[in-house]
Amino acid sequence: MNELNVVSKLSARGYSRRDFLKFCTVMAASMGLPLSAGEKIASAVESPIRPPVIWISGQGCTGCTESLLRTTHPTLEHLILDMISLDYNETLNAGAGHQAENFKAQSMEKNSGKFVLVVEGSIPTKDGGIYCKVAGTPFVEILKETASKAGAIIAIGSCASWGGIPSAEPNPTGAKGVSEVLPGATVMNIPGCPANPYNFTSAVAYYLTYKKLPALDNQGRPKFAYSRLIHENCERRPHFDAGRFAEEFGDEGHKQGYCLYKLGCKGPVTYNNCSILGYNDVGSWPVKAGHPCFGCSEEGVGFSIPQFVEADLEKHSLFTPSATPADITYQRGGKTTATAAGLVGLAVGAALGAGVVASRKLKSEEEASNQ
Amino acid sequence: MSEAKPFGGRVLTIPFILGILVIIVMLGFLAQRFLFGLGPVSGMNDGYPWGLWIAYDVNVGTAFACGGYAMAILIFIFNKFEYSPLLKPAILTSFLGYALAGFSIFFDIGRYWNMQNIFLPWHANVHSAMFEVAVCIAAYVLVLLIETAPPFLQKLRLHNVENKLSKVLFIFVALGILLPTMHQSSLGSLMVLGGSKMSPLYWSQALPLFFLIAALLLGYAIVIFEATLSGVAFNNPSELNILKKLSAIIPWLVGIFLIVRFQDINARGALEAMFAGDMAGNFFLLESVLLLVALFMLVPAKNRADSRKVFWSAFCALLGAGLYRFDAYIIGFSPGNGWHYFPTTPEILITFGIIAIEILVFVWAAKRAPLLPLSGKKSQA
Amino acid sequence: MTIKRREFLKATAAGGALMVTGLQSASASTPGETIPPRAVGILYDSNLCIGCQACMTACKEANDMPPEHSGRYSTWDNPLDLSAKTLNIIKMYKEGEDYAFIKRHCMHCLDPACVNACPVSALVKDRETGVVTYDASACIGCRYCQVACPYNVPKFDWYSPFPQIHKCQLCDHLFQQGRYAACCESCPTGASLFGPVDQLKKEAERRLLLEPGKYYDFPVNHIQKGNTRRHKAEKYIPHIYGSEEVGGSQYMILSGTDFSKLGLPDLRERSYVKDLEGVANSFYKYLIYPVAAFAGLVYLVRKREHHE
Repeated sequence: MNELNVVSKLSARGYSRRDFLKFCTVMAASMGLPLSAGEKIASAVESPIRPPVIWISGQGCTGCTESLLRTTHPTLEHLILDMISLDYNETLNAGAGHQAENFKAQSMEKNSGKFVLVVEGSIPTKDGGIYCKVAGTPFVEILKETASKAGAIIAIGSCASWGGIPSAEPNPTGAKGVSEVLPGATVMNIPGCPANPYNFTSAVAYYLTYKKLPALDNQGRPKFAYSRLIHENCERRPHFDAGRFAEEFGDEGHKQGYCLYKLGCKGPVTYNNCSILGYNDVGSWPVKAGHPCFGCSEEGVGFSIPQFVEADLEKHSLFTPSATPADITYQRGGKTTATAAGLVGLAVGAALGAGVVASRKLKSEEEASNQ
Repeated sequence: MSEAKPFGGRVLTIPFILGILVIIVMLGFLAQRFLFGLGPVSGMNDGYPWGLWIAYDVNVGTAFACGGYAMAILIFIFNKFEYSPLLKPAILTSFLGYALAGFSIFFDIGRYWNMQNIFLPWHANVHSAMFEVAVCIAAYVLVLLIETAPPFLQKLRLHNVENKLSKVLFIFVALGILLPTMHQSSLGSLMVLGGSKMSPLYWSQALPLFFLIAALLLGYAIVIFEATLSGVAFNNPSELNILKKLSAIIPWLVGIFLIVRFQDINARGALEAMFAGDMAGNFFLLESVLLLVALFMLVPAKNRADSRKVFWSAFCALLGAGLYRFDAYIIGFSPGNGWHYFPTTPEILITFGIIAIEILVFVWAAKRAPLLPLSGKKSQA
Repeated sequence: MTIKRREFLKATAAGGALMVTGLQSASASTPGETIPPRAVGILYDSNLCIGCQACMTACKEANDMPPEHSGRYSTWDNPLDLSAKTLNIIKMYKEGEDYAFIKRHCMHCLDPACVNACPVSALVKDRETGVVTYDASACIGCRYCQVACPYNVPKFDWYSPFPQIHKCQLCDHLFQQGRYAACCESCPTGASLFGPVDQLKKEAERRLLLEPGKYYDFPVNHIQKGNTRRHKAEKYIPHIYGSEEVGGSQYMILSGTDFSKLGLPDLRERSYVKDLEGVANSFYKYLIYPVAAFAGLVYLVRKREHHE
């Protein structure tokens, strides 16, 4: 690929360097990094040395690629793709057929141990993986071969992360996610159907800046995007908390924008940042549009639990109840003031005192009458 | 037998005036109660809806006011007429105690303007122990009022009325023995319903029996206590000799009470609860110790001839049995769920006011009406 | 005629024995609690409850109750317990990362202690529906109902000069509109379910036999309306709370967590009203003993007066 002069390319398309820095700062913020990281990202992006990316597709609908293509202003996005030096992508390749495959093989050799492997779509494993072949080779073998030489592996989309829609019961092709096919390998999963493209670009920018993957959770998902339930940041949460629900599509509650829990919204059991980031650069996402979340990014939820079955709020999940719950027991009533205690003591003392006085008088009278 | 006459002397002594001050303070806090409710003035809460006023003013207060009841039993059933001189002051104390308990109820219940509903047949719930207590106490206050009347009728020189009254007095005397038997035991029945929230040391199906024995014990003990105090204060040693004879009852009643209670707790397998170290256990031990002291102090006949020992034994019986009655309502009652109760200062001061009224009226009556059996000696009080 | 000490003791012992035997025989003869013919109640399933507190909001609205600030934060209606302003509350039990919710309000007992306690019949149990209702015009504010209730349900207006007792009345004021308990109307998951007590009992027994981990249909809102929700069944403690406690109640609870951890008291089967009835029936039945005693006393007193 050509060496890039980012600044000149930017200015050629009418963007100032300041615009570019702003973009990098926003990217840093979306990953929860300090603002100073924006500059670091900018310098990483500008640096002429950047690893090539090989993007392979299995049992996918290419939705993740399409989503990525529609993230930003096309010109900037085009630059990012150039910057990543996309050596192979079946959707975007200029060439095709053997020419494309050879180019991929060359790039793998030349950049062995350094290129970023992005996987889209799930991997069928049944019957030797014949249910998805590229250039005559089962995809499962392609994956294993390519991954063996990759510097970092990213699984984009639910299908690559955990199997996605092809893995829905009865899973006739034995579709699996990348992590399952490559046990022991470090795979960063960016689930979603499609994955939110900003999660992908931010993670990649992080990788370029810090030369390592961002903090991942126990399912290999970057924590900056997947550490909270959609329910925790949903704009309709106050309706849930107040018990205002839409019962049917189009009813009064639905028109009022009430919580969609009763329509089967899986926000309470799905980890993603759809409610914060939104899609398509207009911040829209399913709940905002009035459709209950499907849980597309969550294994065991999306394509697994039917849409209109209410989410089961597992007691041991990270679901956090109200900050002011009524506890079963709490201490109340009966502050024993010093005055009150003193008065009680006084009363007992007075009674005893009267008794003592009376007793003494009794003694003297008895002595008097005995004499 | 010495005749009853007014003691005479100044009523408005310094202690008397102090008592009036206490009453004025009480009235101030009562105004607060009626204007703002029970919460601002007392420590009662949803966990402990009954506090000092019900547990002490009414529950212990009426038990302390069982002097008339106790003496009436002794004189009219067991034919011990030698105790007659003690009857009039005992009846007055009883009347005051019960009347003030009734007053305490009036300001304790939240919706006092509906109080008459208890007596209206279309509201009354005859299955309720509270109904029985309320009706009996109300009737008994009337009975006591009538029984208290003679000394005051004499003072007011209403001899006609006094004569007519003395002809039918026997009916009221009979009621005066029946009614307290019923409601003093029912005060115990009230807490039977609270079973699930009570310590096994204080709950029993036989609560009515325990409360009744305690009431009798307290009746005799209060007579000894007050007669000793007034005997000393009004310099009237003749009463003290009668008390020595009366004191023999104390060990018997304490003994019966302790045996029946311990046996009941043992039958339910809860005896070790008294050593649990919690409030209920500790207060149970305290009561039992006080009662045992009262018991053993008067077992030797020699001690029963000693006015001081008689007085202190009665004092211990008052504390022990009085504490029992109070504990059955408060200390032994534990609603759980983090609730606590301790009376607030206004709550206690109101109770002090009630006690002050009792003492002040008694002192005034002793000095101005033919209440006490005096041997003629005048002295400073 | 003097009564000797020996006779006095005999009489006391006899009286005591009579009391005890009277108690036991009387209590054995009182009948068990019957369920009213059209008894309605609520079945609460802690496993289904998500702690959304929609039931609390609906209850406040249906009963015209004011919001209650618990003092920690005054921005929301966030009571910490039942009170004069809160007739229904969801409480939370936490153990490590696990949560469980419990809904507390009047149990509408089959043998209510509060109804027996009230001297003026302010609290009565409806003969048909079994709902325990409160009538402020009869109430004297003695708070004996608060002492008697094993669940600490009735609450009092401590800060009002004209106080009342407050407790859940199953929204019986809505029955004639064809509605039912507001808490059940609003529950999204079916955790709070309204209906005839016998049907609720059968539903509760069905749930105890479900296989944990499998999806089943659970009725929501009103058991007779037929609406259901699919839920994954969880493990239950094998007991329906309220089926036996102090004689049973029309509000029943199922849970996957120990009932005592949720704050539900561990109660005996026999209602305490039965103990009291034992006393009442042995001594006060038709006032026979009191009248006889009175007659005897009048005789004795009269005799003494003549001897005097």
